[in-house]
Amino acid sequence: MVTLSSNLLYIAFILYLIATLFFGGAIKAKKSVGEKQSTNAWGKIAIILTVIGFISQVGYFITRWIAAGHAPVSNLFEFTTFFGMALVGAFIVIYFIYKTPLLGLFTLPVAILVIAYASMFPREISPLIPALQSDWLHIHVTTAALGEAILAISFAAGLIYLVKFVDQTKSSKRTLWLEIVFFGLVTTLGFVITASTFSALDYQAEFTWVDKAGKEVATEYTMPALVGPHKGELLTEGAFKPLIETPAIINAKKLNTVIWSFASGIVLYFLLRLILRKRIAASLQPLVKNINLDLVDEISYRSVLIGFPVFTLGALIFAMIWAQIAWTRFWGWDPKEVWALITWLFYAAFLHLRLSKGWHGEKSAWLAVIGFVIIMFNLVAVNLVIAGLHSYAG
Amino acid sequence: MKEVKCECGHVNPHGTVFCEACGKLTKEQEENKNLLDMRYEGSARRSQTYNKSVIDKVWNFFSSVKVGVWLIVITLSASAVGTILPQEMYIPNTMPASEYYADQYGWMGKLYYQLGFHNLYSSWWYLILIASIGISLVICSLDRVIPLYKALKRQRVTRHEGFLKRQRVFGESPSLNQDEIEDIKQKLVKKRYNVREENGNLLAEKGRFSRWGPYVNHVGLIIFLFGAMLRFIPGMYVDKVLWIREGETKVIPETNGEYYLKNEEFILDIYDKEKDNEAFDKALDRVGMVVKNYQSNVVLLQKEGDTIPGEKPELKKIKEYPIQVNKPLKFENFALYQVDYKLDELSKMSFKLTKKDSDQSLGDITINLIEPEKEFNLKNGYSVELKSYFPDFAFDENQEPTTKSRVPNNPAFVFNVISPENPEGEMSFVAIQQTIDPGEDNLYKMSFNGIETRNVSALTVRKDLTLWTIAFGGLIFMIGVIQGAYWNHRRIWIQQIGGTTWIAAHTNKNWHGIKREIGQLIDGTKLTEPMDQSINEEKE
Ligand code: HEM
Repeated sequence: MVTLSSNLLYIAFILYLIATLFFGGAIKAKKSVGEKQSTNAWGKIAIILTVIGFISQVGYFITRWIAAGHAPVSNLFEFTTFFGMALVGAFIVIYFIYKTPLLGLFTLPVAILVIAYASMFPREISPLIPALQSDWLHIHVTTAALGEAILAISFAAGLIYLVKFVDQTKSSKRTLWLEIVFFGLVTTLGFVITASTFSALDYQAEFTWVDKAGKEVATEYTMPALVGPHKGELLTEGAFKPLIETPAIINAKKLNTVIWSFASGIVLYFLLRLILRKRIAASLQPLVKNINLDLVDEISYRSVLIGFPVFTLGALIFAMIWAQIAWTRFWGWDPKEVWALITWLFYAAFLHLRLSKGWHGEKSAWLAVIGFVIIMFNLVAVNLVIAGLHSYAG
Repeated sequence: MKEVKCECGHVNPHGTVFCEACGKLTKEQEENKNLLDMRYEGSARRSQTYNKSVIDKVWNFFSSVKVGVWLIVITLSASAVGTILPQEMYIPNTMPASEYYADQYGWMGKLYYQLGFHNLYSSWWYLILIASIGISLVICSLDRVIPLYKALKRQRVTRHEGFLKRQRVFGESPSLNQDEIEDIKQKLVKKRYNVREENGNLLAEKGRFSRWGPYVNHVGLIIFLFGAMLRFIPGMYVDKVLWIREGETKVIPETNGEYYLKNEEFILDIYDKEKDNEAFDKALDRVGMVVKNYQSNVVLLQKEGDTIPGEKPELKKIKEYPIQVNKPLKFENFALYQVDYKLDELSKMSFKLTKKDSDQSLGDITINLIEPEKEFNLKNGYSVELKSYFPDFAFDENQEPTTKSRVPNNPAFVFNVISPENPEGEMSFVAIQQTIDPGEDNLYKMSFNGIETRNVSALTVRKDLTLWTIAFGGLIFMIGVIQGAYWNHRRIWIQQIGGTTWIAAHTNKNWHGIKREIGQLIDGTKLTEPMDQSINEEKE
């Protein structure tokens, strides 16, 4: 069952990749302008592949659920994969409303990145600690992820808007920020590539080091240590010797991973620039030239409108119900909760600015991008850096 | 206050942008605009109309969405700062907060503490921010909802030309005859529109209730915030921890001595590779031990009859219950939660009295470490008196023996051994791993003979009478957002003007949806598809 489950996930991943190429083909093959034309053959194949991939991923989810005896949303790998699945699901729904292949070309790569990123965490099925043994937890986590996924569609639409709208003929603050967004995506890719390369090479380096309390502890790096732990001593022979040592309060292993990700992100980005000979956003611009700005603006807004209630229900209300049962109080100001509140307040501000201050078009697109950054921050940084009650093992 | 009479005869309140009834523009400067701002139906809002007294100014301040958004943005930024370092309630209580932050995080921690961020979410300024959002919610909703309600209620079917022309979706088509109008009307009704007719003019409307969504959700938020405030009323909220040992019966705090709890057993299970799902094996190999269950088997007891203080109450068994994480024991308005535990606390210690030179045993004593007896009679004229007892033994700054707490973490005793040779007794001091003999010439010694332990369970005693209000607020909020987000208010006007048929449409959101609907509506009729004028406007 476990093998079947991971194979289904693998199949889904590959199908999403191929579907992305077909969505790309659908854009290229398109001649006429306007929003109403019927989707061409490429687009049809692309969405069919996406749906099959999605079904396969649902298969992964169900089989893993059966194998584990609990809904597979209980560690970082499972949660992040589920988020990827929800993203594809949300995309499929929005696609059938608006029939824009271009949205697939931007959403699927994000989903692929999310799933690839997820698989960098320990993938085994984990037993549930007592606090996590609650149906409310599973209801909370799945609904919250679904809400975040729908909100993420507004990011994809916002990104399309900006790629088309921002003037690439001269460099400005906007072109810079837009490139930073793409750099962020490239860095995630960098992390995935580096982590899987070293894991394929089975790289390991053991250290003993001295922690904050002055105790000697052991740690194991899975990437060459550019920065070593406090008073670290390398035990593995032939492993890379750290260039610098960190003070005890810094988690050197995580810092090392971050440095590798950024380094590979930078290398990848500059390779891309070298090949493309222009900004990433600028080279994507021809792809989006036929899209109606009003339409993507509306897609972006509607995804927020659809996603906001789902997010509220999942990330706040269900979370509070679970917290009341598991932790004796519905709200405890732990970092993960606070970041859910921040996300919620942000999207509330977004809706108000849009409705009452008339922030349409470009401004609204930037807000959609920032919203996604906040969601990702909550998913990645809060789990890995500011660990709270929700910090899953890993 | 001036009222403005429109040429259609309707009398509008001062401050109206276009006539509530027919839609004719009442403000001259609006005449130049291409598209109407339909947000509040051009109605007269208090905040847009008065700006004289202090009350006006406060009202206008809080009714501004700009202010509201700023409040939200400031609150969310402040909240983020509060997550940089752990809040005071999450730091270990080994050190006072004033030292902890500086010790753990250096100068940054010190600054964080000094600025009060270690207790951000209950700081006065954070509470003021939340309160301002609440006030702003109330005022801005009142400012808008009443005029909006009135304007929507008074609208007429036949609208002024200027009103129709300035709608975002607008088109002119050849004139329709009565049959064709009837046909369209039927189609509209099929699409669940509410259709009103007046001299061959149509107003089709649906989803008006969605306009109340934001106000409903704001009311929900207010109820929620109100519920959160209720906690400050005495008696509404109880948060106590009850440490209870196995075998112990204790009164449950805050129940006025009415309820008692007996802890039969505390259980801690860990996952077992042999017995549990083998899918977990790999994870268990990687992380080691994982806890499966924390559980206290308890008996809930209720006092029967009246007792005078000091007297042992008569207790009646109410129910047995296994309290687990996620499965609190509930009774009346209380809930008892499993929150902490301590394994193997010392409960009894036994000693053997022996003669020093011959090691001859003269009898055993067992001391209950929670409620020790004062005297132990042994046979043959021997007895032991417990002179002093230090459950958590340490030396204080004067090198005098003292106890750090009443928990038997490190028990120490001063015994007086009475023997036939020594009827006055001889003193000896005994502590774990250290027998400090006060008298070299003692004839007898107390030697350590074994211990008994038991587990201690910590339960949170919770009563929260605010939950219903808060849950109700949450429910109303959800109804409101769903109402506002998943339905839209759509209106379509079809009007005969000077030998042509005008069609205009407005929706508060989801223009794609209404355009598609109009597309289906005019399919097979003489009407030409109306234009989205906002696109023209952008290009101009
Ligand atoms: C955390 C606080 C708040 C939340 C969650 C919230 C939520 C919402 C939502 C979901 C909508 C509907 C938006 C849409 O459909 O696009 C809305 C509308 C609105 N909100 Fe709030 N709101 C909050 C605070 C405020 C505050 C402080 C103000 C006052 C300045 C305000 C004024 C408004 C107004 C004027 C509308 C539009 C009403 C209409 O179109 O008829 N809101 N709010």
